Amino acid sequence: MAEMTLIEAIRTALDEALAQDERVFVTGEDIGRRGGVFRATQGLYEKYGARRVMDSPLTEMGIIGVGIGAALADLRPVCEIQFADFIHPAFNQIVGEAARMYYRSAGGWQVPLVIRVPYGAVPGGGLYHCQSVEALFAHIPGLKIVVPSTPRDARRLLHGAILDPNPVLFLETKYGYRQIRGEVPEQDAPLLPGPARIAREGGDLSLFAWGLMAFYAEIAAERAAQEDGLDVEVVDLRTLHPLDQESVLGSLRKTGKALVVHEDTRTMGFGAEIAALLVDEAFEYLDGPVKRLTAPDVPAAPFNRGMFDYFLPGPDDIFAAIRELAAY
Amino acid sequence: MRTSLQMPKLGESVVEGTVSRWLKREGDAIAEYEPLLEIITDKVDTEIPSPAAGVLLRIHVPEGETVAVGTVLAEIGEPGDVADEVQPAPAARAGRLSPAVARLLAEHDLDPAAIPASGREGRLTRKDVEAWLASRPQTAAPAAPDAPGELLPLTPMRRRIAEHMLASVRTAPQVTAVYEADMGAALAGREALQAEHPGLRLTPVAWIVAATAQALGENPLLNAEWRADGIFLHHERNIGIAVSLEDGLIVPVIRHADRLALPDLARTIADLATRARSGSLQPDEAQGGTFTITNFGAGGCLVGTPIINQPQAAILGVGALQQRPVVHAGAIVARPMCYLSLSFDHRILDGAVADAFMRCMIDSLESGLNADMEKQD
Repeated sequence: MAEMTLIEAIRTALDEALAQDERVFVTGEDIGRRGGVFRATQGLYEKYGARRVMDSPLTEMGIIGVGIGAALADLRPVCEIQFADFIHPAFNQIVGEAARMYYRSAGGWQVPLVIRVPYGAVPGGGLYHCQSVEALFAHIPGLKIVVPSTPRDARRLLHGAILDPNPVLFLETKYGYRQIRGEVPEQDAPLLPGPARIAREGGDLSLFAWGLMAFYAEIAAERAAQEDGLDVEVVDLRTLHPLDQESVLGSLRKTGKALVVHEDTRTMGFGAEIAALLVDEAFEYLDGPVKRLTAPDVPAAPFNRGMFDYFLPGPDDIFAAIRELAAY
Repeated sequence: MRTSLQMPKLGESVVEGTVSRWLKREGDAIAEYEPLLEIITDKVDTEIPSPAAGVLLRIHVPEGETVAVGTVLAEIGEPGDVADEVQPAPAARAGRLSPAVARLLAEHDLDPAAIPASGREGRLTRKDVEAWLASRPQTAAPAAPDAPGELLPLTPMRRRIAEHMLASVRTAPQVTAVYEADMGAALAGREALQAEHPGLRLTPVAWIVAATAQALGENPLLNAEWRADGIFLHHERNIGIAVSLEDGLIVPVIRHADRLALPDLARTIADLATRARSGSLQPDEAQGGTFTITNFGAGGCLVGTPIINQPQAAILGVGALQQRPVVHAGAIVARPMCYLSLSFDHRILDGAVADAFMRCMIDSLESGLNADMEKQD
């Protein structure tokens, strides 16, 4: 058992995967000698060499294209997109090719590709370093979307994503990279994409979140317990697609009230999908409106720190939303 | 010139009241200070006088309805005045049910109006319904719809008593222990005191109260209440006395019962009982009790199992005073005896503490507490 930050857990998983399976290689911008802009691959180039820790040109389309080709050739590529904001040039490769290959080939060709993507708002990140892209890709059948919120989950879900025969978008909260710490067991089994995690049990309302917001949700839920005596159930979704519908519906059936928190902007965000699912499948268990706490519908996270704090939901905002819904 | 009459705040902790009876009808002329309606609160019944002379234009709150302090009850204007249109009440949400609540109500065949609501703007929540279901006694098969009989409508007081009794039984694990006291010394003391104060209405209850107040001082766990974070020991000994009324009962409180000498105690008890029966208690006079005594012996009852007046720790029931044969110094003699039944909250104390308290109380009762009390004062 060791305490790690989120980024250390990811680095550990990459190191282990490279050591365990010769078919695994990592590629992306600055991930080789430089060790990645967030140091996710620090030391791996020295350890595994340039053929397995491969710097790429500045072309996201190229990085994913190489990944798809390698995956079809039975390698296990782990591609890094430096910031989620830069993933858009690769949209066609991901959506048009990777996600649809298995269907297009009538089950003949699988694409066991992992795309690691640091996402989400950080102070000073602004237009090109703050985007949340989960909703854009969760819409696409054929892609899996994984978003860990604890170091332990980051490590075992990254192993699970590499084992999964489908293309997996592995979203990493970069604001949480060094903020989130936690115990990671010496030995841990890989966790395939799918199951949600009940981060905290409770009967008063269900809070659905992922990534950084799941981390903040636990802080806010603890405060609600201390100050208002509320038992908030925090459901860390961990995988958005395919969504663990049973856990989501089961929690709502228990509590009757649902709050979804995401840092992506509001309209057509993944919270809308959860709200629709709850209304559709658990209507008779709803004891209040399904509420969403999200970033506002603005084009980018602001540079100005005050405006940034307004933009990004924090533990205080989540606590206020819990209190409001609990009183309904 | 219009005057509106609002639900008054009838005491510190009173937040709502029920209109029990309107004494005037819309259109009736009324004088200033003339009684206009009767209100019942948690604690007491009271008459509300008209704040102005004129005509009762409009009654906003019908009889039997409970509203928050500050709600407009009626408007009074000059003769010939016409009432404005009534503003709709803000509690528009009260009638709307969430899908979860609607399902629960349907599954259990419940009437939403019967369930206390805790949600925003009076909304009934899923938790309210679940709490109601959990607390509801398992009812027998409902009576056949055409069974001969009649339905007595519930008066506000009946409803209050029902709620309080049910809440008490639901809240506290209550144990009743029965003791016996020889009232000879108390009766002798009464005779002596009566000679000194010929006009005073003296009953043995005063002696019971005095002995209880004394024993509470030595056994503070009986003068306490259960709270989530601990057992709260009251420093005041405020003893409530249950007084039965025609349609229910009320518990006026003797404040600082331990500080009153017997004649004052007797006077206070008589005054509170008289005013309780005439409905002229101030609401605060039925609040703040830390222990309660119920004198069910007055009706002939020998032994009872009284229900605790929440949130207190215990209640003492006084049985009928009877001449009974008892063994006294090896001989059977007739003595004025009385059973004392103590119901206590077993969360707060155990039988041994109850025994110690009652031993102390009965000792001072039997050993002529008159002298002690005079000393104390």
